[in-house]
Formats: sequence, structure tokens, C-alpha cells
Amino acid sequence: MIRIVIGVLAAAFAVVAHSDAAAPRVSRVPQPEVKIERGGVCVAPTAEMRRDHMKMLDHQRDRTVRSGLRESRFSLKNCVDCHASGATGSVLGNDGFCSSCHAYASVKIDCFECHSPLRQGKVAGAPR
Amino acid sequence: MSIERRQFLAWGAVAVAGAALAPGFRLVELALARSPQEAASVLQRWGMLIDITRCIDCDVCVTACHEENGVSGHGRPATDPQWIRKVDLRDRHTGHAQTLPLMCQHCADPPCVDVCPTGASFRRDDGIVLVDKHTCIGCRYCVLACPYGARSFVHEATSGQKADVPRGKGTVESCTLCVHRVDRDETPACVEACNLDGGKAMAFGDLNDPSAEIYRRLRAEPSSQIRADLALDTGVRYQGL
Repeated sequence: MIRIVIGVLAAAFAVVAHSDAAAPRVSRVPQPEVKIERGGVCVAPTAEMRRDHMKMLDHQRDRTVRSGLRESRFSLKNCVDCHASGATGSVLGNDGFCSSCHAYASVKIDCFECHSPLRQGKVAGAPR
Repeated sequence: MSIERRQFLAWGAVAVAGAALAPGFRLVELALARSPQEAASVLQRWGMLIDITRCIDCDVCVTACHEENGVSGHGRPATDPQWIRKVDLRDRHTGHAQTLPLMCQHCADPPCVDVCPTGASFRRDDGIVLVDKHTCIGCRYCVLACPYGARSFVHEATSGQKADVPRGKGTVESCTLCVHRVDRDETPACVEACNLDGGKAMAFGDLNDPSAEIYRRLRAEPSSQIRADLALDTGVRYQGL
């Protein structure tokens, strides 16, 4: 009898725990509103880009400045060309691709103190 | 059938032999266009030759440089950044006047690199002296160390930068020999402007390339370095000084 009761309780607990884990976190935590105007394939999977984009940029900047390697794949110019807003042509501003998420995360970026945040004309440039 | 095959192989062998016998052509081709995946090489040394006798009283080089690199001032000459400037010389005894453009001389042994505490000031493998603004802390030791007064400090917030030429407050900057254009196999903006609208006094090229005009001229004609006594082995050379 005791075994049956324990079994029922364990099953009930498992169901509750499962439903808790499956509940969408979106409803409880405010999410950043990132406007991705040009969907599709980036230079790496989305999860990797969200976690490691700064490492890619850091690596590429040293290659470019120090060695003169101007590969476009991880270049900041390539990022901006693809992700700049259609309305403002910039990755900054209220709905800017970079600034919206960085404002949410409260992480200050100083890339654009020196670099241009504006798209350089080429819109069709897909990740290479 | 077998004859055709043999003939085909023979043609192939001739083509391979031709490619092996004429490596010069291939090398020249490679030297002309460095791909974006290829790093700057120590085999090259970019430099400039400026013939002062042809330098006229204009400033198209200065205008073109500041236009190309997005260098703009705030109407404060004492602190506004300056990548290239015209210097007027006058002999006190004879009154003979000359004018010349002066910018970073891209030394082989640059004093600005020696004094930089963070390694931000560096010399690229192909001889171009640059500031890595990501590591520059704005101490301005290099500004003091440079015997040519070629470096400027950015005192004020900047906007409207060119995509190829990032510039920002709190860092030191100077002539980059238009490194973004050189990497695209073009000549610096000042040289292009001088040959288009100026006195055709400036020439740009690889000081190590025997097929380059600048190499031939430096070998055949007299030239001098400014402050040659410092033995910095400058990449920018002058004629008629």
C-alpha cells in the first residue's frame, strides 16, 4: 500500500516538474525586441552568434589591423551591411539591431565611437 | 586513339614546362594583386618619392587626404587632427623658397613604436606604420617621439567617419599611407590627387620591387630623407630638398 502511494506521488511530482520546465519563459521574463529585417543564414548558427559574436569580431579586427587580412566574412562592415535597419540604414538607434539587444543586456558597446554604424550601399551582400 | 592521347599529354608537358620556365610572370601577377586572404608581406616595403622641384603652391594632397580619410576639424587649428600638411621652406641668405608635403615618413625603425607602452603603435610587415586604436590609450608618447610631428590626437568626439577609416576620440592617429586603398591595390589619395590636379610631384610604390618605377628612380637619381641623421630609414623620400 505504501509503495503504491509513493509511486502515485512520484508520478504526480514528475508531471508537475515536467510541466514547469516546459512552461515558456517568455511569459515570465521580458525579452529584447530584436528586429531581424533580413532573415536567413548568418555566418554562424543563431545560438553561436548570440554567444560568441564579440569573439569573432575581436579575432577579425586583429587580423585586419595587424596583418592586413581583409576577409569579409567576420568583418564589422559585413555585419553592418546586412543588419542595418532598412528605415535608418543604421545598426544603432531605438530599433537598431545592435543597440536594441545591448540596451536590454545593459552592455555598452564602443565599436561605433570610431566605426561607422551605417550600411555602405550594398544591400544584397549575403554572408560570405 | 593512343596517339591523340600521347599528343595531349605532350601538350600538357609543354604547358607545365612553360609555367616552370617563366616564374617571373606569375610572381609579378601575385605581387600586383594581394588577395584579402593574404597577409601583408615582409617582401614588400611601401614607400613614396616626392620631387619637391615639381611641388607647386597648392594643397590638393592635403584636401584629398582629409577627404579620403574623413578627417575634419572643428576650426581649432591648434588641436584639430592633421594627417598631412604643406611645409614652406625659405633660405635666409638667398631667399630661395620651397614647399613640400610632410606626413608620417613610415620609418623602418620608428621612434613612435619604440615608446608606445601598449604596443598600439606598430609597423606592419610591409613597412606601413599604424596605430591600432583598439589598444591605444591616448598617452601621446608617440606624438612627442615623432621627429616629424606627424601624429595627431583626437581631442573631440567624431562623427561621420568613413567605413574604411575608423577614427575616434581619445586615440592618436596619423597618415596610414591609405592602407585601405593599398590593400585594394590602389595608390594613396594624396598621390592620386597630386598626379591628377597637382604638380605630379608624388610617386608611390614598392621600394623592394625592381620592376617598380619608384625603385628604378631611387636607384638612378639622387634623393634624400628628412632628418637623415636620425638613421630611421624612412619610407618617404624627397628629391630636390
